[in-house]
Amino acid sequence: MVRYLITRLGQALVVVVIVTVIAFLILHLLPGGAARATLGKEATLEQLAAFNHEMGYDRPWIQQYGMYVQRLLHGDLGYSYQLNQTVVEAISQRLPKTMVLSLLSTLLAIVLAIPLGVIQAVRRNRWPDYAITSLSLLAYATPIFFMGLMMIILFSQVWPILPPEAPQGFTVAEVLADPAGLVLPTVTLAIVTIAVYSRYVRSAMVDNLNENYVRTARSKGLSERRVVLRHTLRNGLFPIIALLGMYLPALFSGALVVESLFNFPGMGQLFWQAALKRDFPILLGVTVIISIATVLGALVADLLYAAVDPRVRLRRSTT
Amino acid sequence: MSTLSPTVRPGAAPDQPADEAEAPVRGLWRQGLAVFCENRLALVGLGLFVLLAGICFLGPLFYHTDQVHTDLTAVHLAPGQQGHPLGTDGVGYDQLGRLMLGGQTSIIVGLAAGILATAVGTLWGAVAGFVGGWVDAAMMRVVDAMMSIPSLFLFMLLAAIVTPSVPMLILIIGAFAWLGPARLVRGEALTLRSREYVQAMRAMGGTGGRAVRRHIVPNAIGTVTVNATFQVADAILYVAYLSFLGLGVPPPAANWGGMLSDGLADTYSGHWWLLYPPGIAIILIVLAFNFIGDGLRDAFEVRLRRR
Repeated sequence: MVRYLITRLGQALVVVVIVTVIAFLILHLLPGGAARATLGKEATLEQLAAFNHEMGYDRPWIQQYGMYVQRLLHGDLGYSYQLNQTVVEAISQRLPKTMVLSLLSTLLAIVLAIPLGVIQAVRRNRWPDYAITSLSLLAYATPIFFMGLMMIILFSQVWPILPPEAPQGFTVAEVLADPAGLVLPTVTLAIVTIAVYSRYVRSAMVDNLNENYVRTARSKGLSERRVVLRHTLRNGLFPIIALLGMYLPALFSGALVVESLFNFPGMGQLFWQAALKRDFPILLGVTVIISIATVLGALVADLLYAAVDPRVRLRRSTT
Repeated sequence: MSTLSPTVRPGAAPDQPADEAEAPVRGLWRQGLAVFCENRLALVGLGLFVLLAGICFLGPLFYHTDQVHTDLTAVHLAPGQQGHPLGTDGVGYDQLGRLMLGGQTSIIVGLAAGILATAVGTLWGAVAGFVGGWVDAAMMRVVDAMMSIPSLFLFMLLAAIVTPSVPMLILIIGAFAWLGPARLVRGEALTLRSREYVQAMRAMGGTGGRAVRRHIVPNAIGTVTVNATFQVADAILYVAYLSFLGLGVPPPAANWGGMLSDGLADTYSGHWWLLYPPGIAIILIVLAFNFIGDGLRDAFEVRLRRR
């Protein structure tokens, strides 16, 4: 386990370093570089040169990358002149709210996807399986913002029981104080997740139902219910832990769209508004932070997976 | 393993080889095609795609509309009014004609980005899988790193830097959607490289090039093709998301995603013909590619299983 832990930690670290290199390269890919992005279109060449000198952007690239990493390690992601606050400040106000949204919708997705997947596996190739598969495909093919709009039309226009806008609170507590407003964004974000997760649960369950230990359990005379719920489900659920980590990038991408549609004051909305205003310090800061969050999330999921399922760490440490 | 048995048991099949050597290659494709055709959903998907592409690319030849000049005397006409079967939008473009034009962009960007992503990913994954060692490790860490940047954030970031045009959208999406295929192909290359029949061929003096041409490419091509269809579906969705987030192709060019997000503004004004047709069109084309992909997967898998 220790060896697996060290290998996996090392991999995560390398990945984080490459992420910062990519972000750094994009910063220098900008037309006119960071100076043009910060000072705007009207800045004169002298102003650009002065800015570049002050920020150290006229030094060799290697040295610049070193400075970039140094600032990053000190929690300095730059300053947004458009929001008139530091990038770290802007992100720390928004990140917790995005985490609340992602967490709620993931919980909802897990709670619904597991029973759905189990039903599909037990009744495979019969109508419950086909019905759920068709609905999953439909959910997958629908753009999230179209789905969200359908929800708004259904639940706040045709049958007005829920507000069409997300809570506008400044803090997490204020957001949570308006649970009705959270319902539509959470459900919208959860629908696609349910489609993906239930497919995984289905195939994991189908694989396990064909295993010898299931046949043993059945021949011992256990009820089918007990075989499925006590024996197979436990093994079938392990891959879901790894999937939680793998699915994080898609989840955050989805949150970006959902937050923009429902006007949810999270990191996705911050990023969206920054993109429309070409606020590059925010754009790069959010990208780096959300990527690091993804790497950490995947790391935690993988370690958990290895902790509960010894086959994983044994298989990986031998290769 | 069964592929080796004829050589292991000499004389077991003296008069088969001539037939067998030719038949499988053609037969495999025909078998695959037969399986694909048996899959009704796959045929539905193919039919849907042909139908939608036909309407979008051939439709304008028969149904002429002005999609360049705005007509402010004919805005928000309901379907059927003044000879507009699907009405007009907020600046007087004929909605049906616009759907055709938008569909062209969506389909072209989807196909091109999907193919580009598949090509880059296949190359990257194949090199990593074949070379192995630290090159493989380094190349795959790059893939890991790029995969941990949520793709929509990356697309938005790049779309904010360059002004999105159709070729730009293809490049942006294609340049970052190749990670999935890269992982897949690397996995395939690793397993195929160590297969007994490949090693046997190498032991008999076959070259690496022959291994790639005769064994690894034909075997991996199934996975790659199946994945490519899903890539196309994803690319069409990504274009829609970028348009929704305000970074799609600017007017008078159109795409389904952009039309759909413009239609969002009309939710409360009752102009349903601006909202549902592009939404349904996107769902149909994405479903079509998913059905085709599922059908292809069945076709390729059965082909492999029967061998």
